Amino acid sequence: MSGTAHAGGSRAGMRKELPEHFKAYRHVWVFMEYEHGAIHPVSLELLGEGRKLADRLGGELAGVALGGDHGQMIEVANAAFAHGADVTYITAEPVLAHYRNEPYTRAMTELVNTYKPEILLLGATVLGRDLAGSVATTLLTGLTADCTELAIDAERSLAATRPTFGGSLLCTIHTLNVRPQMATVRPRVMSMPKADPQRTGRIVEHRLDLREEDIVTKVLRFLPDRDSNKAQLAYADIVVAGGLGLRSAENFQLVRNLAEVLGGEWGGSRPLVQKGWITADRQIGQTGRTIRPRLYIAAGISGAIQHRVGVEGADLIVAINTDPTAPIFDFAHLGIVADATEFLPILTDTFRKRLSVNRLAG
Amino acid sequence: MHIVVCIKQVPDSAQIRVHPVHNTIMRQGVPTIINPYDLFALEEALRLRDRLGGAVTVLTMGPPMAEDSLRKALTFGADRAVLLTDRFFAGSDTLATSYALSMAIQKIGESWGTPDVVFTGKQTIDGDTAQVGPGIARRLGLNQLTYVSAIGAVDLAARTIEVSRRAEGGVQELATRLPALITVLEGTSEIRRGRLADALRAARAEVTVWNAAQAGITEMTKCGLRGSPTVVKNVFAPKGRATKASLLDTREKTPGELAEAMMARIFDALPGIEGDLLAHAAQY
Amino acid sequence: MSLEVFDAIVIGAGPAGNAAAYTLAKSGLKVLQLERGEYAGSKNVQGAILYADALEKLMPDFREDAPLERHIVEQRMWMMDDNSHTGMHYRSDSFNEEKPNRYTIIRSQFDRWFNRRVREAGAVVLCETTVTELLKDTNGRVIGVKTDRHGDAILADVVILAEGVNGLVGQRAGLRQELQPAHVALAVKEMHFLPEEVIAARFNLKGDEGVVIEAMGTITKGMVGTAFLYTNRESISVGIGCMVQDLAENRVSSSALLEAFKAHPSIRSLLEGSEVREYAAHLIPEGGYKAVPQLYGEGWLVVGDAAHFVNAVHREGSNLAMTSGRIAAETVVWLKRRREACSAENLAEYRRRLEASFVMKDLKKYRGIPALLHRNKHFLDLYPRIASRAAQIWLRVDGVDKRSKEGEIVRDLRAARGWRGLVGDAFKVARAWR
Ligand SMILES: Cc1cc2nc3c(=O)[nH]c(=O)nc-3n(C[C@H](O)[C@H](O)[C@H](O)COP(=O)(O)OP(=O)(O)OC[C@H]3O[C@@H](n4cnc5c(N)ncnc54)[C@H](O)[C@@H]3O)c2cc1C
Ligand SMILES: Cc1cc2nc3c(=O)[nH]c(=O)nc-3n(C[C@H](O)[C@H](O)[C@H](O)COP(=O)(O)OP(=O)(O)OC[C@H]3O[C@@H](n4cnc5c(N)ncnc54)[C@H](O)[C@@H]3O)c2cc1C
Repeated sequence: MSGTAHAGGSRAGMRKELPEHFKAYRHVWVFMEYEHGAIHPVSLELLGEGRKLADRLGGELAGVALGGDHGQMIEVANAAFAHGADVTYITAEPVLAHYRNEPYTRAMTELVNTYKPEILLLGATVLGRDLAGSVATTLLTGLTADCTELAIDAERSLAATRPTFGGSLLCTIHTLNVRPQMATVRPRVMSMPKADPQRTGRIVEHRLDLREEDIVTKVLRFLPDRDSNKAQLAYADIVVAGGLGLRSAENFQLVRNLAEVLGGEWGGSRPLVQKGWITADRQIGQTGRTIRPRLYIAAGISGAIQHRVGVEGADLIVAINTDPTAPIFDFAHLGIVADATEFLPILTDTFRKRLSVNRLAG
Repeated sequence: MHIVVCIKQVPDSAQIRVHPVHNTIMRQGVPTIINPYDLFALEEALRLRDRLGGAVTVLTMGPPMAEDSLRKALTFGADRAVLLTDRFFAGSDTLATSYALSMAIQKIGESWGTPDVVFTGKQTIDGDTAQVGPGIARRLGLNQLTYVSAIGAVDLAARTIEVSRRAEGGVQELATRLPALITVLEGTSEIRRGRLADALRAARAEVTVWNAAQAGITEMTKCGLRGSPTVVKNVFAPKGRATKASLLDTREKTPGELAEAMMARIFDALPGIEGDLLAHAAQY
Repeated sequence: MSLEVFDAIVIGAGPAGNAAAYTLAKSGLKVLQLERGEYAGSKNVQGAILYADALEKLMPDFREDAPLERHIVEQRMWMMDDNSHTGMHYRSDSFNEEKPNRYTIIRSQFDRWFNRRVREAGAVVLCETTVTELLKDTNGRVIGVKTDRHGDAILADVVILAEGVNGLVGQRAGLRQELQPAHVALAVKEMHFLPEEVIAARFNLKGDEGVVIEAMGTITKGMVGTAFLYTNRESISVGIGCMVQDLAENRVSSSALLEAFKAHPSIRSLLEGSEVREYAAHLIPEGGYKAVPQLYGEGWLVVGDAAHFVNAVHREGSNLAMTSGRIAAETVVWLKRRREACSAENLAEYRRRLEASFVMKDLKKYRGIPALLHRNKHFLDLYPRIASRAAQIWLRVDGVDKRSKEGEIVRDLRAARGWRGLVGDAFKVARAWR
């Protein structure tokens, strides 16, 4: 019942006149996610998409930069301009130094209420999702999460398409009668626009009247993933994964070996977690990690829908499976019908040789 | 301490079928399950209760059939269950859902004591939005802690709680005040198997069923379709990948040749990856 | 050391267990029902025929909310050879009655609904709980059960075993023997999903009307067995079953048989374009009367498939299950009212009541059939071929006069079995049918 998707849509096609006070809402905004000194690539991807929407609407594209350091926010603004923004709204306050829901929600809603955008886009990262939900509820507006496609329809309305029911279907969702129309998009769904360092734009500074004493939630510590043994599957460029077809926990080492040679991460299907061969943070799929690597190699994985939805964003999916009718071959790009326990070591060796030979040659 | 856990009954997406002509969901024979993410939330809630004492109330909004999931939650060891069901809720989007649930949580508070923590799963597998939790937090003014992977120190007297949460690129350790809303990251702890005594108690327990009025909801314009700013205009089946995997021809080739062929195909498909691999290899 | 004492514990929430628990709870007894599946029906093969009468006796108003798929207006009985079928169809508008007699159902939904009614009647129902063993006192009397959940045993005055064909609990407790390969069939089944309107068009149906096809012949490759096809609302159930012993002797897998059946030209077009979901394999106790085990003892009763109550000839099972479950429960209620113990001697009343019902009468009537078919494989192989050839000869208009055609058909028959064989077969069937 909850969730955005109430298919069938008895109101589909219905559109009341947009209330007068929302008619002033104009332009497309992209939240520039900035943490630990870096802009999340998804924000730049969104600028590329936002540019198209803004052009369709005949409006401006704006970036929103929230953070603790003014100099850094100027850099963010410049990146936004380079990637297509016309304007950047900057709120630089000490309370915004690290992401916390409360001050960020305050800052964002204040900007929206003051400058009135028609569309607000955020990355569907953990930060973006945390923020988008509370901003939308505060503004009492609609929010469509994890969109895979954005378009403007004939009535200037944002048509946000997203998967539903575990990827079995897609639906197109509109926000009626309220502004802004909000949407989040997962990293790597939209392509990265070409940067043009010559491009410039307007900066709008906005102060936020919020002191640290007024904020209940405090950041005690931040433990970066690179300092821990935690899997970094979601952001890995190369992922090698194994499934039940490997037959034993010992054989799973073959997956790790290949991942190591490729400098990638390793993971597995859910049954392996249940059997205790791998830890839960290594599970790939609907109830595990969604990954979007450039290269995904699946060995002995059947390709059940719950696994599939977690890996479909990969640029290249390579499957090794003994069963030529395994569903994984329906969505992999490249495959081989082979026993993974035999083929993996040979493939690992082949890569290892190539990489060392070339290194010597170079 | 009083803990409320919001759960949702969802169709098992593994078994969903799409009508080939109408592109509607064919629900016949599709079993429903508790949203798998919610089970992580429920387990965390039960652990917190086992640690600090108190009671866990599970809450769901859904059709009358959703009572099954509540009963199941009781079998796992929850203490009390509330079903919020009313035809006015049909067609709710996340905004309308978070409204109805937050009203019901308020009512639960009036009936059995104000909750100290409200849990939800990270997201649902059918709606997949991850917005209902934050929506409830906003509406009830709870401190929002999403993607929590571990709950640390809780001081009921001082009304403070510390958690670890997944953030971009790392784990953030936060301290905040109760009452809080926690959405639990997947893969924290598997749901326990309830003891026989719990199962027996659950089988007999009465599930509290509230309609909108009983949950204290009077503003029907905030519920269901009317309270939902978003509307689904079109549902359609994804275009499958046009072509299936291109399979390496394994006839008359040695495994070594096949591995070479696969590597070549990978380098072909992903220009630039070879260079990256070399750069990586050079570091070691 | 135990949690609490119930009047009765029912093991299993299939049709037999549900009928028993429902009857007991309705009579005000304190009942605990234990089911190993996630919910009643979750472990059961999908798609089946419900015979209304047995359920009506328990719950006259069941049609109001039971998840029924279609009521059957047409029965097709097919004898198949490799590329044809000869058959009898019976369709009647009088099956479109106010209270139809036969329905197609989807077991997982039906059992779940039935079980909800059991709960509403006042029974305590625990799912995802497997009974691991029967608890006996020092005299060997059954006094309760142990489960796979952490906790103590649960006690009851009587335990009703409705655990289905495998019946591991009863076997472990030594109440009955292991299943004999000659007494069980292995059935495999698939659900083929199709839009409602496609099914209606393909089978010439309107509204909730449904069709059943029962088929035998060369599709079982000379083994004893039958195949079937039922129309549900948005799906078609197809399946085939053969005796386990035959499958083993012939080294044939039942899934290969099902594939061949689905590929048969008479069937293929009915399933075209469907989406297959849910493949299930299940055993059917088809040993008949001779395979029925001891039905009661000190503190226990056995009902349904666990008691081997299946009429293989008429493909009836769930009605025997419900009826035996009801009669077992009524016996317990009767004893409780008279304040008598659930001793073996008193529970013998269950067997007496069963003997007086159609359950035992029908099983007795057909007691010769399983052996007959096993010893006369040609019934399922030869006759369908002959029938098909006869139909070909008869229907083809090719300048041959009709008398010659009749002669050819008769010659065919005689060549295949000889007069003695034919007369012998007729006699055997008549005797088994008596
Ligand atoms: C609610 C829900 C959520 C779920 N979430 C997830 C999830 O997030 N992630 C996930 O992965 N699963 C998930 N699952 C489980 C999913 O449905 C599948 O059961 C699971 O993905 C199957 O894992 P597998 O492919 O390793 O095993 P199997 O399905 O058993 O497949 C093994 C494969 O290995 C092949 N094989 C066998 N031997 C060899 C060999 N020697 N060499 C090569 N290949 C071989 C076989 O042909 C087969 O295709 C979920 C299920 C549910 C119900
Ligand atoms: C392919 C096929 C088609 C059929 N078609 C028809 C048909 O069209 N019409 C018809 O009338 N009959 C049909 N039958 C027969 C019918 O399904 C059975 O006769 C009927 O289901 C028997 O009911 P039951 O309650 O005895 O057993 P079941 O339905 O097998 O139920 C037994 C229950 O007990 C549970 N259980 C078992 N052991 C334990 C334990 N230790 N602890 C807790 N729970 C336990 C099981 O999970 C199960 O739910 C068919 C059978 C098959 C296999």
